[in-house]
Amino acid sequence: MKHIQRYMKNINLIIGLLVIVGFLIIMIISFFYTPHDVNSMNIPQKLRSPSSDYLFGTDEFGRDIFSRIMKGTQTAFAVGLLTVFIGTIFGILIGGIAGYVGGWIDEIFMRMMDALMAFPGIILALMLVAVFGPGIVNTAIALGIIAIPAIARITRSGFVQHRDTEYVLAAKLIGVKPYSIMFRHILPNISSQIIVAATVTFATAMLAEAALSYLGLGVQPPNPSWGRMLKDSQAYLVGAPWYTYAPGGAITVLVLGLYMLSNALRDFMDPRSKA
Amino acid sequence: MRLKNNWSLLLLTLIVVLLMSACSNDDKKDASSGEKSEADLPQEIVVRINDDPDFLDPHKATASISYQMILNIFEGLMAPQTDGTLIEGLAESYAISEDGLTYTFNIRPGVKFHNGEDLTVEDIQYSFDRLMGKNGGEKMSNSFDNVASTEAPDANTFVIKLKEPNSNFLYSLTARQSAILPKSNDGKHNENPIGTGPFAYVKYSPGTNLELKKNENYWKKGLPYLNKVTFTFQSDDQAAIMSLMANEVDLTSVPWQRVSEVGGNYNLSHQNNNSSLIVTFNETKAPFDNIKVRQAINYAISKSDIIDSVFAGYAVPLGSNMSPAMGDYQKKGLGDMYKRDVEKAKALLAEAGYPKGFKTKITVSSHNEIYSNIAQIVAANLKEIGIDVEIEVVEWGIWLDRVYFGRDYQMTTIDLTGRASAYDILNDYISTNDSENFFKFKNNDYDKIMADVLKERDQAKQIDYYHRAQEILAEQAAAVYIADYQIVWGSKKQVTGLKNYPFWFHDMSEVKFSN
Amino acid sequence: MMYMIRRFILLITTILLVSIITFGVFQILPGDPVRTMLGTEADPTQIENLRSELGLNRPLYEQYTDWMKGLLTGELGNSIRFSMPVKDLLFDRLPVTMSLAALTLLIVLLISLPLGMFAARRQNRFSDMSLSTVTQVGMAIPSFWLGMILILYVGLQFSFFKISGYIPWTQSVAGALSTLVLPALTIAIPQIAVNFRYVRTAILEQVQLDYVRTIRSKGMSEQNVMYKHVLKNSMIPILTVFGLIMAEVVAGTIIVEQVFSLPGVGQLLITAISNRDFPLVQGIVMYITVAVVMINFMVDILYSVLDPRIRLR
Repeated sequence: MKHIQRYMKNINLIIGLLVIVGFLIIMIISFFYTPHDVNSMNIPQKLRSPSSDYLFGTDEFGRDIFSRIMKGTQTAFAVGLLTVFIGTIFGILIGGIAGYVGGWIDEIFMRMMDALMAFPGIILALMLVAVFGPGIVNTAIALGIIAIPAIARITRSGFVQHRDTEYVLAAKLIGVKPYSIMFRHILPNISSQIIVAATVTFATAMLAEAALSYLGLGVQPPNPSWGRMLKDSQAYLVGAPWYTYAPGGAITVLVLGLYMLSNALRDFMDPRSKA
Repeated sequence: MRLKNNWSLLLLTLIVVLLMSACSNDDKKDASSGEKSEADLPQEIVVRINDDPDFLDPHKATASISYQMILNIFEGLMAPQTDGTLIEGLAESYAISEDGLTYTFNIRPGVKFHNGEDLTVEDIQYSFDRLMGKNGGEKMSNSFDNVASTEAPDANTFVIKLKEPNSNFLYSLTARQSAILPKSNDGKHNENPIGTGPFAYVKYSPGTNLELKKNENYWKKGLPYLNKVTFTFQSDDQAAIMSLMANEVDLTSVPWQRVSEVGGNYNLSHQNNNSSLIVTFNETKAPFDNIKVRQAINYAISKSDIIDSVFAGYAVPLGSNMSPAMGDYQKKGLGDMYKRDVEKAKALLAEAGYPKGFKTKITVSSHNEIYSNIAQIVAANLKEIGIDVEIEVVEWGIWLDRVYFGRDYQMTTIDLTGRASAYDILNDYISTNDSENFFKFKNNDYDKIMADVLKERDQAKQIDYYHRAQEILAEQAAAVYIADYQIVWGSKKQVTGLKNYPFWFHDMSEVKFSN
Repeated sequence: MMYMIRRFILLITTILLVSIITFGVFQILPGDPVRTMLGTEADPTQIENLRSELGLNRPLYEQYTDWMKGLLTGELGNSIRFSMPVKDLLFDRLPVTMSLAALTLLIVLLISLPLGMFAARRQNRFSDMSLSTVTQVGMAIPSFWLGMILILYVGLQFSFFKISGYIPWTQSVAGALSTLVLPALTIAIPQIAVNFRYVRTAILEQVQLDYVRTIRSKGMSEQNVMYKHVLKNSMIPILTVFGLIMAEVVAGTIIVEQVFSLPGVGQLLITAISNRDFPLVQGIVMYITVAVVMINFMVDILYSVLDPRIRLR
């Protein structure tokens, strides 16, 4: 019984890690090898059902879906990581300054974040993509901006909690510079919450990219992107179901893995919910 | 302990039961279908349209999608036919003077507007004055700049005098360009549109639908058949086809890829859209100012690949900017001018000074995935001859701004919407037609032919001119003329009487349900 | 009272900031409303006419200040795309989105509360773990895809469901349900996972507390312990997440209304943005902001009702 319980507690961690490591391996392989060229078209071979040659079948241009899913991991990680990068850097800066300095700066920064949050994310992303233009980097910038408020809030509340603690006061007394207090002393203490938030951001970025693709924007073809493939496959939902289940499954599995990992990290780091 | 456990389970079962019972009313519809007497047949139709109309006021509207619906409400002096020719509409007969400058129309008697008022020559005068900005308002169209004067010598006659002869002028007199509106409704043409057409306006709910009802006093006796027409707006093609399957709409376009799914259970009609889907270039920008580059691209792009994968085969390849839907006006045989030939394309590219190809960008709109799909094939095809094409997908609004109006682009793809008149189709390429010539095509011979054709009154000779114009476009490789894609209309088996026009118009006047 | 004033000021500043952000984005957003509306077939005369008719020749900041003045008098201006008052368009569509959001919330509650309680009591057993895994799958599916799959495998199989359009409650309750259940499920499924997790954790935390042990030892029935005490006290953390879920639901309606062709506010917003309909976008964004702020406000009020120790500040 004990054994099972322990195993179950870690099931999120195990599955989450397996999924992410699995996709990472696929991504690394895809740099050197895919069964077929991802962009070369072969229209007479379009919409073939899965076979030993085309593991997941082919799309409407006769391209190998399996190869495109493999290559799509690059897009997924590029968009996801870049989004997380932008979201956390600016989120930590804004939240950190607001929380540490407090006062009217805190008020202004956090009201800005409230306003950003009041915007439905996908709408802001839509407008930002229209401004920046589409593409992997621009999509990630748009999604990163949307991610800022959530991370800023978490960072701020962490900083507020820590700024009056004894160790911070002590550091101040011995003349440690503010930025050093903020980033060397306080930040490491709340890094666990930020890591959890960043993992969730990665997951939501995947879903948001798919939603943007649904609205016709997002990552540009012919770069294989799961979101775009999913959108394109809608027309073949009945006629060629394998086409839709490949990218749909890839997104779902990766996002699920990220969520499970974030939950595991949260349980691991937050002693209260260990129960 | 047990009890509470059951409690939550109970709730769950309750939800499931609720959902199930909600679903259990099915098959009601199916049971009622089957054979029915004529009297039981539906008298109402629901037609799915992609988007809202821009305006209901026919003088203000410009989008094809608006006319697709509102041409059921309005009529002009002339009426379009399915073969692209014109017949008399609100004019019972007409005469053109020898010099081609004076058009005299006899007004059809006994025509009533939807508000019950009789159509009078004042209404016609009012409508043209409104279009030309002579009522004190702004000019609403450029189509009548060539009109010298209009007058109504008596209650049944309306005369239009032109400044210069224009063999295409009658095409400006359909409801598409000059719908006849009642003077008494001035100022309310958009809020409460009134016309003389087979159906009358009932209600417009933005984003939802446009409802029309039967015009009981329609001058064509016995028409229309239906009591009510609802145009319902649904932007997602995939969702729309499911609505057809779920019996929520009676008529919708079917995405090409899904034609086989609906095949047996629905009537399918294939309409040659009369549009020209083109891949085109900014012809003042290097390297596209070089005809050899344009020809090389023409040789490199595989029309059949595009037709097969993007349109699932439901498209007719083109050779110039004219669809076979235009009948005799189309110059046949141009489709073979640039048979796919990668070697020749490479050679031409080398001759033009780009032996290693070049980098370029194709900017396409996101409002329909066909454009980005075509761009993908174009990119793959051109890669074979060394041209590296980056694809940029932008919103429709940005595309219009940047490409169509701003002309700040290198390559693009778009379908040029069909018109009933060959002249209106081909005039896009006239170098002085600054508003439409977004490819910046300039060819003096072409300009001259298009000017001459307006002065020609003999139809056979007009056709010769139009044929020569099409040849020039092909020879000059003004664009890559890909295809006229078909619109496949799917409708319930019982729906009959649909007519296909060479432009966007859902003519509901003769539609009815029958066994 | 102080609390109310503070809240009100907060609402005003948030609205102001949101409208400034929208305005700022529109300043740099490429695309022109009149061209977008009239498309490729418009002749220059028509474009010019419409532009001056709508007052779009004026600089955008002037349009913005005019809009602001209008807002103070309760006017939201006219939509460019639909040439009618933004207010009318909004009021037409609010019932759709509000019904959708309400039904979604109901589904989330009805499923996640019992499931969460069930899982909490079977902590770390197989049923608990598999439930949390299964619900997480719901979070991971892209919503438009989930909607499409629901249409295909549920909507088309049972003719009760309508897969497009909306029937008002006032016309037919069954009709309204037939149009709303599937889209509501589409939005609810991911949120169930979130709420389920919170309910489970909240109850687990309560159960460990001393007071529970005390009342249990006093012989109170397990049922009473659960419903009278544990559930009630767990409500506060659950409420917090509920505020977040509401915001997600409002955002979720946007894509889902598109998939199910529901004429709601979200669909209108997408249309408004792609048409660069500045007054309409501003109007809708105002509505969403007010809704989100109001929800948080209500959550706060509920806090103090549930736990008198929490004072509204």
